[in-house]
Amino acid sequence: MSATSIEWQIATVKAIHNETNRVKTLTLQLPRWSLHQAGQHYDIRLTAEDGYQAQRSYSIASAPERSREIDLTVEKIDSGEVSPYLHDVLIPGDRIEVRGPIGGYFIWDGATNEPLLLIAGGSGIVPLMAMLRHRAARAIKPPARLLYSARSFEDIIYYDKLENLLKEKDGLKIYYTLTRTQPAAWKGYSRRIDRKMLNEVIQPLNRPFQVFICGPTLLVESAAEEMVGLGIPAKNIRTERFGPSNSIQGG
Amino acid sequence: MTEPFVSRGFTGKRPMNDQATRLPPGQYLTNDFPVLSAGPTPHVALEKWSFSMEGLVKDKVRWTWDEFLQLPSQTFQVDISCVTKWTKLDTRWEGVGVDTLMEHVQLDPKAHFVTAFSHEGYTTNLSLNDIINGQAFIAYKFDGKPLRPEHGGPARLVVPHLYFWKSAKWVAGLRFMENDQPGFWESAGYNNHGDPWKEERYW
Repeated sequence: MSATSIEWQIATVKAIHNETNRVKTLTLQLPRWSLHQAGQHYDIRLTAEDGYQAQRSYSIASAPERSREIDLTVEKIDSGEVSPYLHDVLIPGDRIEVRGPIGGYFIWDGATNEPLLLIAGGSGIVPLMAMLRHRAARAIKPPARLLYSARSFEDIIYYDKLENLLKEKDGLKIYYTLTRTQPAAWKGYSRRIDRKMLNEVIQPLNRPFQVFICGPTLLVESAAEEMVGLGIPAKNIRTERFGPSNSIQGG
Repeated sequence: MTEPFVSRGFTGKRPMNDQATRLPPGQYLTNDFPVLSAGPTPHVALEKWSFSMEGLVKDKVRWTWDEFLQLPSQTFQVDISCVTKWTKLDTRWEGVGVDTLMEHVQLDPKAHFVTAFSHEGYTTNLSLNDIINGQAFIAYKFDGKPLRPEHGGPARLVVPHLYFWKSAKWVAGLRFMENDQPGFWESAGYNNHGDPWKEERYW
């Protein structure tokens, strides 16, 4: 039970950055910033002139080490209600109502030195990016693996930022799989995540390790089940699913 | 008086009027059935499945899967709301009402709270008053078909008037208690009661 309840506050949009054709990162300045844990999210609430409101949740992409502002990365859902507004209407200088940070389970605080296995599908990379950034800011870094599934090379969110993290050579390895189209001479995987792929990715990690899986429901269901099949205890596997059981949808 | 905040240029996509009145504040309608779980989906074998009523009851009751299916069942059509903001209207379930199950135990008058516990270890806490008098049921069918594992099958608790994390998936039983004891999400920042109409989402 936390001492303070999570109140709405009015943030200011400091910057909007294109990550891919369908994904943008909003940098929000918060008048009442509070320390988050990597993996948490904020709620956004939009209010129309007549009082009609809509709310959605978006994962924090930035590390807790950055104070007074947060990055939220938002994928545009064309049929949605909130994400098209955030993509097509919102501009720097606008004000926007938010509350957070929220979520007390799909989080990594770096308190243990257990190796980290992160598995992302599409925009499921966002909370995992916060974990990687938090890890990069820490003095002691457990070994980490990221397996990231995207439809095409152009759909990889944070590609340059991830490559920069790799340059530190601090025990992080990144594996990509592109499930629909691959560029010429692609050296990564080219299929949906399966047990063989997971087994290759986890090979150099000493067990026990913490697993975080975030993405569309089908990907998370299948990756989590394969991890259990590979002998990883269910309690070491934390998941966050988005979208319905058969496709990707949302707001 | 402060002016109410307005999001510049936001008009929104409003639901039809008859549906709008059934939508709790801050929720949006979905026709799909999203899956939210904290870990891998457990696959509970029917021969190992059981459902218990325990704690502050005179004699603990435990049903096997076959025994549970023999209990008088009902169909339920309810609206459900998840704290992650989706609401699904007119979901159709089949299962056994909690009131029907309560006929099988003699409750200690000191029992005021309930922990619903699941086969994989999940727990959620409820007030006794929130699950009796036709307010909750144990469902084993959704839309006429056996409840799928990712949605909580073989059976889940359904408490439609509270946010859906209270509707424990893979439910294994109800434990009756004198004092309230926060469950899994209630210990991780989510509201102890979870009434969607009061928007009791977080602490």
